[in-house]
Amino acid sequence: MKTLASSPGFLTRIGAPISVIAAALLALVIVACSILASWIAPYDPTNLASFDLMNAELPPAFTAEGDSRFILGTDNQGRDLLSAMLYGARVSIAIGGGAVLLAATLGVTLGLLAGYFGGRVDALIMRIGDVILSFPTILLALLVSGIARAVFPGAATAEWAPVILICAIAIHEWVQYARTVRAATMVETAKDYVRAAKVIGLPPRRIMLRHILPNVMSPVLVISTINLAAAVLTEATLSFLGVGMPPTYPSLGTLIRIGNEFVFSGIWWIALFPALALVILVLAVNVVGDWLRDRFNPKLRVKR
Amino acid sequence: MLKVLLSRLGQAALVMLVVSAVSFVMFRYVGDPVATMSRENASVEEKAELRRSLGLDQPLIVQYGRFLGRTLRGDLGISYRNQRPVTELIAERLPATLELVLVATILSLALGIPLGVLCALKPDGAAARLVQALSLVGISTPTFVTGIVLILVFAVSLGWLPSFGRGQVIDLGWWSTGLLTASGLKSLLLPGITLALYQLTLIMRLVRAEMIDVLSSDYIRFAKARGLPKRYIHFRLALRNALMPVITVTGLQIGSLIAFAIVTETVFQWPGMGLLFIQAVSFVDIPVMAAYLLFVGLLFVLINTVVDILYAVVDPRLRARSA
Amino acid sequence: MNAQQPPVLAIEGLRVEYPLANGTVFTAVENASLVIRPGEIHALVGESGAGKTTIGNTVMGLLEKPGRIAAGTIHIDGRKFDPAKGSAEGVVLGRDVGAVFQDPMTSLNPLFTIESQLTEAMRFHLKLDNAQARARALELLQAVGIPEPQRRLKAYPHQLSGGQRQRVVIAAALSCGPKLVVADEPTTALDVSVQAQILKLLRDLADQRGIGILLVTHNMGVVAQIADRVTIMHRGQVVETGTTEEVLRRPKAVYARALIGAVPRIDARLDRFPVLGEEGKGRAEQARTELRARAERSTQTADDTPILSVENLCVDYNTSGWLPGSKGHRFRAVDGVSFSVRRGEVFGLVGESGCGKTTIANVVSGLVRPTSGQVLYRGRSIAGEGAVRRIGPLRQAIQMIFQDPYSSLNGRMRIGSILSEPILFYRLAGSKAEAESDVARLIEAVGLDAEAAQRFPHAFSGGQRQRLSIARALGARPKLIVCDEPTSSLDVSVQAQILNLLKDLRDATGLTLLLISHDLAVVRQMCDRVAVMRQGNLLEQANAETLFERPQHPYTQELLSLVPTLDRIRGETRAA
Repeated sequence: MKTLASSPGFLTRIGAPISVIAAALLALVIVACSILASWIAPYDPTNLASFDLMNAELPPAFTAEGDSRFILGTDNQGRDLLSAMLYGARVSIAIGGGAVLLAATLGVTLGLLAGYFGGRVDALIMRIGDVILSFPTILLALLVSGIARAVFPGAATAEWAPVILICAIAIHEWVQYARTVRAATMVETAKDYVRAAKVIGLPPRRIMLRHILPNVMSPVLVISTINLAAAVLTEATLSFLGVGMPPTYPSLGTLIRIGNEFVFSGIWWIALFPALALVILVLAVNVVGDWLRDRFNPKLRVKR
Repeated sequence: MLKVLLSRLGQAALVMLVVSAVSFVMFRYVGDPVATMSRENASVEEKAELRRSLGLDQPLIVQYGRFLGRTLRGDLGISYRNQRPVTELIAERLPATLELVLVATILSLALGIPLGVLCALKPDGAAARLVQALSLVGISTPTFVTGIVLILVFAVSLGWLPSFGRGQVIDLGWWSTGLLTASGLKSLLLPGITLALYQLTLIMRLVRAEMIDVLSSDYIRFAKARGLPKRYIHFRLALRNALMPVITVTGLQIGSLIAFAIVTETVFQWPGMGLLFIQAVSFVDIPVMAAYLLFVGLLFVLINTVVDILYAVVDPRLRARSA
Repeated sequence: MNAQQPPVLAIEGLRVEYPLANGTVFTAVENASLVIRPGEIHALVGESGAGKTTIGNTVMGLLEKPGRIAAGTIHIDGRKFDPAKGSAEGVVLGRDVGAVFQDPMTSLNPLFTIESQLTEAMRFHLKLDNAQARARALELLQAVGIPEPQRRLKAYPHQLSGGQRQRVVIAAALSCGPKLVVADEPTTALDVSVQAQILKLLRDLADQRGIGILLVTHNMGVVAQIADRVTIMHRGQVVETGTTEEVLRRPKAVYARALIGAVPRIDARLDRFPVLGEEGKGRAEQARTELRARAERSTQTADDTPILSVENLCVDYNTSGWLPGSKGHRFRAVDGVSFSVRRGEVFGLVGESGCGKTTIANVVSGLVRPTSGQVLYRGRSIAGEGAVRRIGPLRQAIQMIFQDPYSSLNGRMRIGSILSEPILFYRLAGSKAEAESDVARLIEAVGLDAEAAQRFPHAFSGGQRQRLSIARALGARPKLIVCDEPTSSLDVSVQAQILNLLKDLRDATGLTLLLISHDLAVVRQMCDRVAVMRQGNLLEQANAETLFERPQHPYTQELLSLVPTLDRIRGETRAA
């Protein structure tokens, strides 16, 4: 889904400016690097045995005290920062993508049902959505992960962390899909081609899937791009707060959390490089998403 | 008017009921309170006794009723970690968070609205493009990164501003304020900016989008056709239409700010409710989590209700329908 | 009239261009000239894309970017228009030139009172203080015929009806005493009876205040009723100009003749509309013959039962609350309507917006359930009391064509799949190939090329899409087609072609048509029998000739007298 929307060829065809194409390429490069992390990372940051505390807190290679083996320096355990970041980006993107996929599936389905049938089905789904939306993403996600931590104590928390995070983020984001798809579905349902399909006597399932769904997908794609960025941010925030990915299997947010403890001692790189990577990734996706939104639907706005 | 008010209050009560139910379920089922509260080697009988004394053997609905009763009396239980009443803990931390949120709200509205208008009026101008580009960076930078960078620059490198705590506070009865001392204000600066920045970009983008929408509407075209001056059209007519949705969003934003205060407070070790909550999450301190949820839920519902009523007062279409 | 007085508007050789992104230039208006004298209403008519609105916007200085005046001059009140300023020297938009737009629902700002919107221009242009402006606003509201003006001043736009809002818009346009008013489709969004009032108001303003009015419209009837002079435009060019009587009665240009000929007449029924360049007929006729053969094979023995009867039909719309106990509003859209349609006839259902005619169409085609009463298809109840489930042949028998050709075809599907959907769903074809050949025949029967099946809807014009929509309905091999305003969003020349097509298809296949329309002239041209509706009630039904020549119900009489038509031209002494 996101690869379709962010593939550069597709963008050039529909007349995207250079900055957007550059951002799309950058996002693709970051995604590709993170997917290929096990091959291109200089070290294996998941292998605890390979760390050497002698190498801990080394500054980046380009500074005076830097060590050429570690381009971006090392963290407090002597782990190569660049490798940790590549693996971390993979975790961040996987969780963000998973959350978007789950939210989109749930939201599109419920939105279609609410928009097509209206009445009580609609009112029920939308009221639930209203209540959820009146709580900010981050709070809801914190609650879900807080509850999950209590339910799966100890080691199980770490094991289930990615799933918990995906659910914690999706529980808020599906509402936006549902609202958008519902509104679009109501517009489409009132259109004559849907009335024509009803007059022919096609069953609701077929009308929704074959006629309405393809016509409401473009806003879904746009929202997905913007939500991917938002989901990556939420995951990073949760991990930063210590309720996301554990230090043994860090995402970018976890790395920043670890680095934050050293900021005051002047060891800036452990926090700063992952933060930079995170911002660049999210910014690249946002640039594409923002342009897509203006291009396809100037009326579509992210109202939170 | 009365009808809007009543239906809003009804909805608010419903939401609070749901929130309290979630809070109760957390309190009751997440983690076993008996296991948490009894001694390590308590016997089965001792545990059953404790269970009875806590009322955990009663039917669920009775337990929920009691929970509600206790809550309304302000008794939210005792923190597992601090062994102090939760109500007391929250009351202590409340002023810090509210002052932070207040400063951030003012900052984000005072800057977000003018910048949004600027971008909408001259969408192709250099300033608007710059602001637009910066706003994308703004929504792409998580709050904690902003905080860390600000600390690195202004506290660690330049040493101008403190990086943690509230500085000196003055007690005004039960409210402790940092707004009246120099060190308190200095301490508020970095966290306030950090918290405001993300919301500011959201407000700015919303105002811009609304304004652009309104400017292309028929009634603005008709205003132009009546030869009214540009400034009048932009600032007296269009701005009012564009700010209508901002009212709703500001309500949601304040909720958001309270939630994001958790992050800011963590970065700056700001002694507010958010820090309390995040510590509770790490230690699985259920009473504190449940109480925070209840309290924040109440705040949100209050804000949303006020905003909805405000909206009905400001918008003549709603005002007339309910009159 | 007033031929000696200097013109309030004089356009000479105007060319308006839009530079396009690909470097080429689109010319919206080419070499247009026209003159409006005080007290004169000058109609600028043409079909969509003719450039008439562009001229209106240019005169008001509201030409949208990147449009520009490439050649020619405009003089407003004798002073030359400066494109850079968007106005003429000494001429102030809003003071000397007033504007009236099409949609009164969106022309007024919902957040401000009528008073505020009426007085602001006076405060800026005439430097009146609040009390003076208010007093004048009151006069204006009285002048445009708003009841209780004192109270209305404090009202917000949503508290006024559409007609009242348009009066307020006109009052605002008049507020500073303009010499010229540009009215862009001022009555298009209004019902016939309200339209008649607004037109009278405009005419009075011209006659009593000596205001020159540039009236942009597509409606020939409106032109005939109030315009002094007419300019007909086609694709950016002026094709004919002159007094209303000259142009409408004795058009010289070929296009003008075709355009006027395509306007449905209300005074007499014609066999067909005269249209320019009728489509290649041979293939279409052959395809229709095949359709006919098939239709005859499937028709059972003829009997006298009406093909459709609607008995005592009532439809309520509920806006129900979600929570138990919260009561919704109830609105009766159709209230005890009965009529029946005979096999092979064209039955017309007319009325103004909100009269319930579309609701009846929806009930007949199965989109809406009736509250009480029933609908019988050949004696079997298909909706309401004792209704059988509408599946298979019963569902197939009644199909529908819709108003908006741009939304009636799914933009994501090829024409082939759209047209084959009913064929495959009802299993009318044994194989895919058979369905394909069926689709090809249908497309030819509606006068298009069979290769259309390979393309997507956006490749077709509005009229072509309407043909395809008709083809889809025919694909189900129906006995009755419900036509819900089938031509009201089409240009008049395209409307003529589609109506001709419907007539031809009816003649070729013996179909029955239920035609829903607000346009009395269209109904007169198409229908054998007609029923008139108002506010959910059926007032009168009769043979078309009887109804139009000797209407019984006062409402029908009023409607017929209000419709602006070509048989009553302003300034023409009527032949008895």
